[in-house]
Order: sequence, then C-alpha cells, then structure tokens
Amino acid sequence: MKYIDEYRDPQKTAALLDAIRRAATKPWTIMEICGGQTHSFLRFGLDAMLPSEIRLVHGPGCPVCVTPLEQIDRAIAIASRPEVIFTSFGDMLRVPGSGRDLFGVRARGGDVRVVYSPLEAVALAEANPEKQVVFFAIGFETTAPGNAAAVWQAREKGLRNFSMLVSHVRVPPAVEAILSSPRNQVQAFLAAGHVCTVMGYWEYEPLAAKFHAPIVVTGFEPVDLLRGLLGAVRQLESGRHAVENAYARLVTREGNRTAQETIARVFADCDRAWRGIGVIPHSGWRLRGELGDFDAEKRFDVGRIAPVESPLCIAGEVLQGIKTPKDCPAFAKQCTPQTPLGAPMVSAEGACAAYFRYRT
Amino acid sequence: MCLGIPGKIVDIYDSNALRMGRIDYGGVIKEACLAYVPEAKAGEYVIVHAGFALNVLAPDEAEETLKVFRELDEMT
Repeated sequence: MKYIDEYRDPQKTAALLDAIRRAATKPWTIMEICGGQTHSFLRFGLDAMLPSEIRLVHGPGCPVCVTPLEQIDRAIAIASRPEVIFTSFGDMLRVPGSGRDLFGVRARGGDVRVVYSPLEAVALAEANPEKQVVFFAIGFETTAPGNAAAVWQAREKGLRNFSMLVSHVRVPPAVEAILSSPRNQVQAFLAAGHVCTVMGYWEYEPLAAKFHAPIVVTGFEPVDLLRGLLGAVRQLESGRHAVENAYARLVTREGNRTAQETIARVFADCDRAWRGIGVIPHSGWRLRGELGDFDAEKRFDVGRIAPVESPLCIAGEVLQGIKTPKDCPAFAKQCTPQTPLGAPMVSAEGACAAYFRYRT
Repeated sequence: MCLGIPGKIVDIYDSNALRMGRIDYGGVIKEACLAYVPEAKAGEYVIVHAGFALNVLAPDEAEETLKVFRELDEMT
C-alpha cells in the first residue's frame, strides 16, 4: 500500500540501522512516547537490532493505560444504569476497573457498545430518544478532534440524551513531568507523529530548550522510527537539543488549525490524573463550562467512587520509562492479556501487551 | 488509537452537515469525516483516526525521504 510499503523497505531499514550504529559512540536513553510506536519497534524487532549504546524506554502514550481507575469505575457505574447505552472505543472494554470491566457490565445485561467513530454515538442518541447515550471520550490529541466534533454535532442537533465522560490527556505536559522527575533517565524523545499532525510541534520547542533534550517528531513505520532515532542520536552526540521533524509528510510546525479551532471551541485545559503516575498540571482537556449539558459526570450522580488498584501492578513505573514490563514480577504470570492486572497489558498500545505478544 | 492508517479518498459528500468521504485502505472501504481536511480532494491520501481524517499526506515528502538516503549514501 502507498505510504506504507516504501516505509517498510528492508534496504532502507538496514541503511538507517547502520547509520545509527556509526553515529552512536556513547550510551543514550531515548523514549518513544507513543504506545503505537512501542508496538511497531517490537513488532518489527527493531529494538533488538539497535546498537548496545541505545537504550529505548517506553512512554505513557497509551490512552487506555493512563485513563484513571476512578474514571473507569465511574464509566462502569454509568454503564450499569438501565436507561443508558454506553459507547466506547473497543480497547476500553477490557480494562479492569476496581471490581469488573465494561465487558462485565455487558455480561450482566448492560447496553455497552463499541463504536469506531464518536459520530456513531451521536447517531445512536438520535435513533434512541428514550435512552441516554454516553460516549467515553478518552485519548490524546489524536482523538480530541473527533470527540469535539461529536459534541458540536450533538449541540447543533439539540440532542438532550447525549453526553460524554471525558478523560482527555495531552502529551507536552507529560513530557515536562517526565523530564522534571528526579528519577528521570530519558535524554531524548521521539514525539508522537499523529499527535503532532493535529497540534504541530511548537509546544515542544520550549521543553527541548529548558531540559536540553532533543525531541524528534517521528512516524510509525520502521523507516520512520529509525529516522527519528537517528536524528535523536546525532543531536545527542553533537550536544544539540532542538525539535526536529522526521515526519514531514504529515506534520507541520503549526499542525492542523481547523482541528485545533474545534478542539478549543469544545474543550478547555484542566489538571488531570494519569493512572499510575498521578496528577499532572494542565495535562487534560475537559468540556468547556457552556457545554456542561453534555458532561456525563454532571448528568449522572454515581455517588462516591473509591478506586482500588492491584497491589502487584507496576504500570506507573512502566509508563514513566523507569521500568520495562520484564521488570514486573507479575508479567506473564499473574498478569496476561487474558487476565490483565493493569491497563498496559490490555491495550493494543500498552507496553506490557507488546512485550507479551512479541517477547514471550 | 494513535496508529491511524493512510487511505485514499474515493469520493466526498455531505452528511449531517459534515464533510464526509469514503476512504480506500488497500481495498477495504470505510467512511471517514473530512471536516478537518477541507482542502482534500478525491484521489489524495489522508491519515484517519477513529473515523476522522487528521491531515492530507504531502506527496513531496517522498522526495524528502529520498534526500535522507542520498545523504546516508554519501557518508558510506
């Protein structure tokens, strides 16, 4: 397929690996932020072909993984109500809450449905006026344009039976939190190409300057990933710390302005708790006050939520790049994709699921 | 969720006051919202996430990629 095959070309991949080997003379720790990139690295075995100087650590860019347990428990409580059709992206259904998951709600008769696009949830609300349709709006800057459009469409249609449980997160504040941590080991970042497709990369420039960390906007295919890594290694070796764009076929410095305008019309910045990591200031989006009618948290009073995390799961440290899944004593023992203790073992973007699938 | 797939726009139409289109992903055709790529035309490639096209792929980037490999060749 065009725009895929040429970026999986074995000769180009080999040439890039060779260039990285020649460029790397000192040990460097580099984080890919996006869980989709983690999966690509492991799926194509690229991590195993890197020179020993390069240590890759995996970042928190897995939306399902960082959605706080409290929000999952709240989703389960709302989805359990008889008047509700609860809609979500598929990955979310198997993420364990404190007690059960959303599949468990469905097994007990709850109306929980997987949608591919949030517009499907709006259409469901229109077709089922006697029901309350709730969409679980999770994700990074990549899902925000669609989710914002869905709220706007529901408003235009005057729908009173559509609402969103919003748990949006943003990448730049997470990069800042990782670099500010006293336990940080990351020296350079591969920025998530599709997040930057929407938002551009200007927000990373002050971070690269403040923390002296190169940040390279990177795509998802093997050639893209290695180009991103090569850029990061060359910068580290020469003592530079700029933001570099290695995904120019989709990303510009300013990003997609049309999408940004709709996001700004619907969402406002807020502090957000990241599962396993804690609250990161200004790291989330919530619905703007004037769209409060579409806020599922306001519409449904589910009482006090008291989340209980698994005592075995080390997802928080894995998501910050401090540990890898193989450092976890429960990995592939008590915790497997069939019996996940934490979200990174569930998600198609979770580091634990990637290690389980490609390294066991 | 952030992976997104490149696909080719087959056709463009309005539905529920939104610009929509059918996208061909190597033979599999699905609908996507094109509201965020107002300049996109049929035949162009877009990257799609959760039912929304986030941008049009820039064809001149093929050139950019080649440039990098020419540079790598010169080093060897």
